[in-house]
Order: sequence, then C-alpha cells, then structure tokens
Amino acid sequence: MDLLHAVFVDPVAQMISAPDLLAQTVWEGFVAGVLYALIALGFVLIYKASGVFNFAQGIMMVFAALTLVGLAEKGVPAWIALGLTIAVMYGLAVGVERLVLRPLVNQPDIILLMATLGVTYFLIGFGELVFGGNPKSMITKELFLPSGAINLALFGGRVQLQKLDIAAAAIAIVMVAGLAVFFQKTRIGRALRAVADDHQAALSVGVSLDQIWVIVWFTAGVVALATGIFWGARSDVSFALQVVSLKALPVLILGGLTSVPGAIVGGLIIGVGEKLGEFYWGPLLGGGIESWLAYIIALVFLLFRPQGLFGEKIIERI
Amino acid sequence: MKRSLLKSLVGGIALGLALPAGAALADDSIYVPLFTYRTGPFAGSGTPIADGMHDYLAMLNARDGGIGGVKLVVDECETGYDTKKGLECYDSVKPKNPVLVNPWSTGITLSLIPKAAVDKIPILSMAYGLSASAKGDVFPWVFNPPATYWDGLSEILKSAGGGSIEGLKGKTVGYLYFDAGFGKEPIPLFQTLAKEIGFSLKLYPVAAADMQNQSSKWLDIRRDKPDLLVMYGWGAMNPTAIKEAVKAEFPMDKFISIWWPNDADVAAAGDGAKGFRELNWHATGANFPALADIQKLVIGTGQSQTPKDEVGSVLYNRGVYNSVLIAEAIARAQAITGKKAVTGEDVRRGLENLDLDAARFKALGLENFAGPLKTTCLDHNSHSATFVQQWDGAKWVKASDPIGPDTARVRPLLDEAAANYAQKNAWPVRSEVCDNK
Repeated sequence: MDLLHAVFVDPVAQMISAPDLLAQTVWEGFVAGVLYALIALGFVLIYKASGVFNFAQGIMMVFAALTLVGLAEKGVPAWIALGLTIAVMYGLAVGVERLVLRPLVNQPDIILLMATLGVTYFLIGFGELVFGGNPKSMITKELFLPSGAINLALFGGRVQLQKLDIAAAAIAIVMVAGLAVFFQKTRIGRALRAVADDHQAALSVGVSLDQIWVIVWFTAGVVALATGIFWGARSDVSFALQVVSLKALPVLILGGLTSVPGAIVGGLIIGVGEKLGEFYWGPLLGGGIESWLAYIIALVFLLFRPQGLFGEKIIERI
Repeated sequence: MKRSLLKSLVGGIALGLALPAGAALADDSIYVPLFTYRTGPFAGSGTPIADGMHDYLAMLNARDGGIGGVKLVVDECETGYDTKKGLECYDSVKPKNPVLVNPWSTGITLSLIPKAAVDKIPILSMAYGLSASAKGDVFPWVFNPPATYWDGLSEILKSAGGGSIEGLKGKTVGYLYFDAGFGKEPIPLFQTLAKEIGFSLKLYPVAAADMQNQSSKWLDIRRDKPDLLVMYGWGAMNPTAIKEAVKAEFPMDKFISIWWPNDADVAAAGDGAKGFRELNWHATGANFPALADIQKLVIGTGQSQTPKDEVGSVLYNRGVYNSVLIAEAIARAQAITGKKAVTGEDVRRGLENLDLDAARFKALGLENFAGPLKTTCLDHNSHSATFVQQWDGAKWVKASDPIGPDTARVRPLLDEAAANYAQKNAWPVRSEVCDNK
C-alpha cells in the first residue's frame, strides 16, 4: 500500500503542491528534448537518404564544436571560424562519400554501419591529435549567444528560463522549419526524398546519388555543429559530449528512423519524460534513473507502435 | 599542441623500441610506469595530472641524473580512466619490472589490489582508491597518502559544522557524486555519520553518461534545499556541476568539493563561480624552485607536453606531488636496501618509510608546498591535514587553517572496513618485512 502511495499519490501531490517546480522540470525537459531532437535529426537525415545508420553523428557534433572553438583559440574571428567550420563539415561530407560510402555501394547495411563506426574512431583520434583532449569553453559571447536567465514569478514560486536555452529552442525550430522547406520545396530536397524512397528509381531519372549523399552528410554536419554549440555552451566542449548523443537512440526508437517530425516529437517526449521521471520517481529507486528511463519510455511506445510514432509501416511480401 | 603530440609520439615509438616486450629493464635504470589519461571524457582532469607527474620525474633525470645516480625510465600508458584498459596497461608494464604503479582511478585500483602482493608491485593510489587500504597491517602493498576519501569527507563536514561534525545536527546535507567506485567510496561513512549525528543525507548520483547533462540533479537540489552540498566529481562532471550551480544560483558558501576540481573547471563557470570551495593539501602556483627547474629543464627544452600556463594549477601540482612521493619512495628504498636499482619489493619498503617534513620539502625545492607526511608499516596514509581553498575569480586563496580528519569517528570505521575486506576476500596475514617497528 505504501508503495502504491509512493508511486501514484506522492508524485502527483508534489506536482500540485509545487507547480513552479513542475513547470521548471517540464522546461528543463523541453530544452534537453530539443537538443536530443537535433542530434536525432542528424541520424534521420542520413538514414533517409542513404539507409545508413550513422553511428558517427555524436562524434560529428563534438568534432564540429571542437573545430569551431579550436579555430577561435588560434585567433580566428568567431564568425570566420564558424564559416570555416561549416567548410570543414562540407569537406568531411565529401571525404565520407568518396572514401567510405562510394566504395561500399550495394554492401549490406551492417557493413555500412560498421563503416560509420570506423568514421567515429577516426574522428576521435584525429580530433584528439589536432585539438588535444582537454575540454574547451564554447565561444558564446563571440557568437552573440545570450547569457543570464529570465526569472518568472509563476504559481507562487519561481521558474527560471536560461536565455541560452531559449535561443537553442528558437534555433532548433528555425532549423527544423528550414529543413522542412528544403525537403518539400526545393529541387534538391525533392531529389533527396526520391533517393530515400527508391535509390534505383531516383538514379533512373537522373538524380546523382553521390551528390545527394554529400548534401545530406553536409546537412547532418551543420545540424551537428548547431547541437555542439548549444551543448558545449551548457557545459563545455569535450569528448564526453559524444556520450550524450546516445540519448538520440531512444528518440529514434520512439520517433522512427525515417521521420523528421518523429525526431522532434520523440526528442521532446524523451526529454520531458526522463526529467519528470527522474525528478518525481527517481528518489524511489535511489536516483540516477534518467540514463535508462529514456529507453523504457521508448520501449513502452514500441509495444503499441512498433514502427515508432511517425515511422513508416513496412509491409513486405513473404 | 600538435607539435608536442607528434614529439611524444616519436618519443613513445623510441621508448617502445628501447623496451622490447617481456624484457626486464637494465640494472642501471628504474622503470616507473605512469597510468594516465590524456584522451576521452576524463582528459580534462587526467591531462594536467599526467603532465605534472611526468615533468617532475623528467626534471630529476635532467637535473640530477635520476635518483641516487640511477636514471628513471618513465613510461605512460593511456587508460582513458577505463578499468579494462587500466588492467591491460598493468599487464603490459608488468614484465618490465615496474617499481610501483599509479592507477589514477579508484576502479583500476580496486581491481589491482588483489594482484599487488602476488606480483610484488606496490600500488600508489594517492588520496584516492580504497580508504581502508590505509591500514598497512592489512594492505602491505597499497598506499594512499596523504589522506583518504573518508578523511576528506570528515574534514569537509567538520569545516561545515564549525569545527565539529556535531554542528550539522538537524541539517540537510546533499552529496553530488560521480556514480562509480570513486564517488560511492565515502557513502558508507556518510550514512553512518548521518545516523550518528542526526543530519539528513540526500544522494545525487551522476552517471558517466550524464556528466554533461545534470539538470535533473540540480532540480532535485533546488527541491531539497540542502544546507550543505558536498561534491565528489571527476572529469567533465566538475565544470558542468559548477556551471549548473551558478545557473541555479546555488549559494557558493554552501557548496564544497573534495580535492579534484581544477582551475579550468571553475574558471569555465565565469564570475558566478567566485567563492567556490574545495579541499586541498598542497600549494597552487608555480613559485617554487623545483617548478622553476621543471620549466627550465623540461618544458623549456621541449621534453614535455605541458602548456606553460598549466604549471601551478591544482591538478598539475597534484601530479608533481604524486611524483615527489614516487621519488622519495625510491630514494628511501635505496637508503634502506643499499641498492641503486631497486625493485618493487624495495620500493614497497620505501613507501612504508616516507618522512616528508618541512625541512625535506625545502631540500626538494618545494618549501611550504605541503604539510608533513609520514608513513609507517601500520599507517600507509599519514591521514594528513587538508585545508579549504576558495576561488576568487582568478586564482585559489587559502580559506582555512589546516583541518585534520575526525580520527575518533573515522578510525573505527576504517578498521571495520579493512577487517570486512580481509574476511570477504580470504586475505593473507601480513608477512612482509617492516623497517619501522
């Protein structure tokens, strides 16, 4: 009886008695969810266009952020460093297409997955060789990212919104909207969708597979850069950040590997769900449950929608 | 950085060629492996320590020709703070007859403790590892000077309680910790003290995967409003926690850490981190003759990866202190045995006879660098006093007199923990020679 009370009654009572803390928890979850969604978006873009599960997305985020900060440390002005970092991510996309994807065309999916694991370890080693292993501070001031917080007096208490988190959410929304327009309205976007639907059919109407792969890896690289800037600003830029990218996996399970809206909605559900779970139910289990709670949330959803929230239901003839 | 990394790569290859696998080192050298981590999520803490350890030993080679006329062969093995890799490092250095190992990880230390007596390789786990291993009568091969994690906790609580832990009666104490062997180490003492003294203990574990994603923990802290928040963090956890504390407007005078946050960890949080406090037992800053020798003979000659501004930081000086202990143990072993090229068994005896007083620190070019330290066959720790240092926005400032551990409370628990370990692991009774009975 005590257990039932602790699981079902206590948390709700806490939510009612301290609604400001509930609002703060939801906000923290929302911000984390937005950032998870951005990481997941990188996975989805590449998977949609090439059928490759890009294990290197996490380290791409770290590598992009390190390149930006590393260039700034060398005295390169922030905005030029940002431009150069985008150029580096383009170079990485071309390199991956030429040296990894192209030689492996028509190989089984598992080979391509292993190849992205190889890219991951290459980027870790190369990044450490060039930038060293020490954490670096993100150049938030130079990039004109806001600092400080807005304290709202709500529900008889205080809800604190970090301006940086608001900016992260705003930029994520702009990026998602931009990508949606890109996919729906531009020629390249339509070609990308065609490749995603059927590689051979796309090739037969003159779509260049190589070009599409470069574009999509580059786009994922830019998304990784944006994510790296905001995660880096919240803590610092270090190789530990790639571990955070693992949070994108339950987001992908939940949202579906092929759906941009799925990545966004999945990210928000996981972000808010894990924060609420950790805050209200974590103490019952000794705390520290958020590292695995995200997977439980995703698995529960899968019981009802095996293809994920927005994933395509695949019907195959046997 | 790139240039120095390439240099170290070339140096590493040269050393690898000089040390064929399985070959014991020549009699005219002493092999000192350093388990380090310059890569991965914990590099932020591991790199300055590795630099400090390496540079002091390299300086002894350059300035004095080694120790007692015998050159030191200093060899780094990258563990990434990963226990599995640490054990691989151990297996790779064992055939080269190391005189001791420095695991620099509580997890690796715990795994190596059963091997030490068998392989005759002493473990120096300086102010980390198993607190109970301070008892030399039970753990003759393990040394954890100058203070254990349990000592550190009792010192923090004494300081916060106004000179006595009793001062915390009725308060709420939060414990924000790295959820691994290291962070869990002081929990038994914490729980015992909470029960005995009567304070409420709130635990905030931070998983390795969430070191840079701590917002949930800080929501918990905001809800619980602890009167004191104690942190045992490592790697990326430390700068993130301090940033989160600043964001959450948590009062810095209620936030105190064990001795691991480095200057860069605090500086990253900006002006809001002013007033952040941690324990320490040695000086910061580079104004010591020995450190000047390092800068001139090692860093200045390109034999080091250390950036100039890192010398004098908390963790760089910590690495130096670690190597001072190594060097003193070797020197003591030479004095005790009369041998020049000492072995692991000899250095174990040296570690058991450390005696670093103010005069000795002065002779080492480290006057007033740290308080006295003395080990014996029974006491492998010394349980030396620490002090609180406070970040003033640019540097650390000493903020307390020396604080000794609450020996009356910690000692019985330490005895009990050592006895339990021995019982659970069918531990052999000590048979090693003792030079200071």
